[in-house]
Amino acid sequence: MKKLITIAAIAALALGTTLVARELMVKGSDTLLNLVQNLAEAFSAAQPDVTVSVTGGGSGVGINAIMSNETDIADASRSIKSKEISTARANGVNPTEYVIAIDGVCIIANASNPVEKLTIEQLGQIYQGKIANWNAVGGPNKKVSLYGRQPSSGTFVYVRDEAVKAEYAASMRQMNGNAQIVEGVKADEGGIGYVGVGYAREAGIKVLSLSKDGTNYYSPLDKASVDAGTYPLARPLFQYTNGKAKGDAKTFIEFELSAAGQKIVADQGFYPVTEGFQAKNEAKLQ
Amino acid sequence: MPTSCEPAEVSGTPLPGVAGTGQPRRRSRRLTDKSAGALFLVSSLLSAVVLLGILLFLLHYGVRTFSEVPVTRFLFGTTWNPDAYGEPAFGLIPLLVGSFLTTLIALVIAVPLGIASAILISERLKGWVRITTKTLVELFAGFPSVVLGFFGLVVLAPFIAHLFHVPSGLNLLNAGVLLGFMSLPTIISVSDDALRVVPHSYREAAYALGATPWTTAFQIVLPAARSGILAAVMLGFGRAVGETMVVLMVAGNAAIIPHSLFDPIRTITSTIAIELGESAFGSAHYYSLFALGCVLFIIALGTNLVAESLIKRERRSFTL
Amino acid sequence: MTGHAPTPGRQLRRTRFASNYGFWLLGIPLALFIAFILLMFFYLFRNGLSVMSWRFLTQPPLNGMTEGGIWPCIVGTVLVTFVSLVFSVPIGVFSAIYLSEYASNNFLTRAIRSSIRSLAGIPSIVYGLFGVALFVSALKLGLSILASGLTLGLMNLPWIITTAEEAISAIPGSFREGALALGTTKWEAIRHNVLPYAFPGILTGILLAVARTMGETAPILFTGVTYYTRQLPTSLSSKFMALPYHLFTLATQHDQMMKVRPIAFGTAIVLLVLVLIFDALAFVFRLRSAGSNKWQV
Repeated sequence: MKKLITIAAIAALALGTTLVARELMVKGSDTLLNLVQNLAEAFSAAQPDVTVSVTGGGSGVGINAIMSNETDIADASRSIKSKEISTARANGVNPTEYVIAIDGVCIIANASNPVEKLTIEQLGQIYQGKIANWNAVGGPNKKVSLYGRQPSSGTFVYVRDEAVKAEYAASMRQMNGNAQIVEGVKADEGGIGYVGVGYAREAGIKVLSLSKDGTNYYSPLDKASVDAGTYPLARPLFQYTNGKAKGDAKTFIEFELSAAGQKIVADQGFYPVTEGFQAKNEAKLQ
Repeated sequence: MPTSCEPAEVSGTPLPGVAGTGQPRRRSRRLTDKSAGALFLVSSLLSAVVLLGILLFLLHYGVRTFSEVPVTRFLFGTTWNPDAYGEPAFGLIPLLVGSFLTTLIALVIAVPLGIASAILISERLKGWVRITTKTLVELFAGFPSVVLGFFGLVVLAPFIAHLFHVPSGLNLLNAGVLLGFMSLPTIISVSDDALRVVPHSYREAAYALGATPWTTAFQIVLPAARSGILAAVMLGFGRAVGETMVVLMVAGNAAIIPHSLFDPIRTITSTIAIELGESAFGSAHYYSLFALGCVLFIIALGTNLVAESLIKRERRSFTL
Repeated sequence: MTGHAPTPGRQLRRTRFASNYGFWLLGIPLALFIAFILLMFFYLFRNGLSVMSWRFLTQPPLNGMTEGGIWPCIVGTVLVTFVSLVFSVPIGVFSAIYLSEYASNNFLTRAIRSSIRSLAGIPSIVYGLFGVALFVSALKLGLSILASGLTLGLMNLPWIITTAEEAISAIPGSFREGALALGTTKWEAIRHNVLPYAFPGILTGILLAVARTMGETAPILFTGVTYYTRQLPTSLSSKFMALPYHLFTLATQHDQMMKVRPIAFGTAIVLLVLVLIFDALAFVFRLRSAGSNKWQV
């Protein structure tokens, strides 16, 4: 009896191998994870014979996967490095970059924290551990509690390269995703964290304005300053494919860049692709 | 164990109604028997080979780390930062300390509780009370670790933060407490086994001399079972040191050597879980994770082998 | 001897009281532990009950995974566990038969037994590491339910072998001897006179292995599980969703963490209930196999 069931089940699974639905794998950035998951849901409604599977782990995971040609599309919130491009080319992979949304990395603090703004330099000092108390930046006498991501995260790398410009303080808690940073800062009166703008519109946290030089402060919640790039941590959100996108990957990226897709981008709290990037995308989608 | 016999031979004419006693049938039965035996042998060799295979695989990839990272820097380095802004660092020490400290806290909680509970279960409880208690404890042994980690995240972390007035409850203490709960069932059931193996004659001799069950338990039975109890502690240690999901969710994941119970830490297990996906295949980082896996494997294997020999020693000590 | 030494009777009562009292003291930590387990179950059930419904169990996640159900996760978990058993049950039971019936007590056998027992103590993330290196990369199975299933199969192999071997060894030798005396081959004796009686014990081991495998996250983390996929796995090379990973991601990566918190609780409940069902089944079969000491003469 047991044998019969086993044989029947193996046969069923083996038969299933012949009825493969077309699978499209998207892997990588945690910042993009929920956005792409929503896009995938909407896409599947329009194209039911393609199964899109979405996984996170961080931009590093996605880029690593595209370098080894293990995924169809890699989500990344940072751009691919030249060393990674050469490793990819050595594996016979030619990474092609598409921009599917615009993000302004938000520096968040606990809602009870009176501090409203920071310069990029102050932010760097805080995350290096050199500024250890909020009163050094106009806040209350409270120890700064650092929340960040893990090294696999594109946001981790981006903030480090753009603001910190050194190693992070070793005591920074490395959370498993943007959402966990938000939860951590919500519960911690001295907390500070960095998250994608799609994660920052929550009660219990506040978004700090940033300035490059100390004179003009910009908020990432202001679309104009993110689009113009005056917000210091404005960045495009990328997807990478092996060579120019073809087949289902092409259809999916086209859907993401369509009006319907960009509306989902806006609904999720991010910003739609600006014209300059859109033109570049279209050139690569020919 | 009876060895196999040749299929029976019947001399002369076969009895009416008794089928299958001719030569070809005997040959096919013998063939089936031999092939079955071969199948079983191959299967068990395969199973045994798995352990060796895992070790060899880990070593094969792990040693490739050392073509780029000196062994001393790996074993004695105090910084683990493979994706550094500057020079990557592959020092094992912070991870080893993280694993060791969480396990230590876990054992501090689980060993006294576990041995005490095991004594109660084996020396005092009888009948259905004993069975129910043992079942409840074993039930928890199979508890999914991710659910425990979830509980640590949503309940224990805010509780610790509130109780001790620290900014975050995601720290060494949280992970240690939860690992203590995870290893408690292992310690209880292996200790219970160790205590049950002590011959009843020991207890009876003590009772005959007027000792109470309490005195008997602590002064006669427990010392007699000490090897087995030690094995239980080692197995609890192995359970705690190998746990990944709980630590990943609640320990804060900072690869530092902690200065207090409320500092975030990383263990070897959570480091592998965090970094395996993003390390490029063939890079020193990728191989270093296998080196970490080797270290973990050796620790786990070592504790298991020692525990096994301790259990054997206990059993031997009772056979005169 | 002057003074107020207690009478022998009173001293005896005192020590007996101390003994009982002592054991009650020992019971406090155990009772607290059991209370904690029950409280945890209660807390999880209370918070997740709001989402529990038939639709929750049978619908896929909808609307950015903030609504709908966890059907693909249940299917994924069941399927990947099944794949792992397809691999580990035959090899495990056959190994157990070899070890208890055929193997002589020499160094090789002791080494095999020792290595199988040691396998059981290897951390799950090490299996995950090995699974990625062997199944995903070297054997080029890619991220798939097959790679995850094989990794999990390696992990539960030692559990199945040890329980199956115990069950088979528990059958008295007279069973085999009786069959052999009637002229059967060794395999025939095992097949007809040992295995059917060892079956409940073997099944107990398999059910326990199922319960523990369903809750494992680390081995599937890098071998095939995904955050979201709309379809159920259609072939062995599909990606899949799974209950433990779903709980992990809902708790750490979903952007509307608070909104999906009840779903996370619901996922935890479903996972726990599945694990408990198989634990309960294993318990039932263990009672049946232990209760059949009818052959202990």
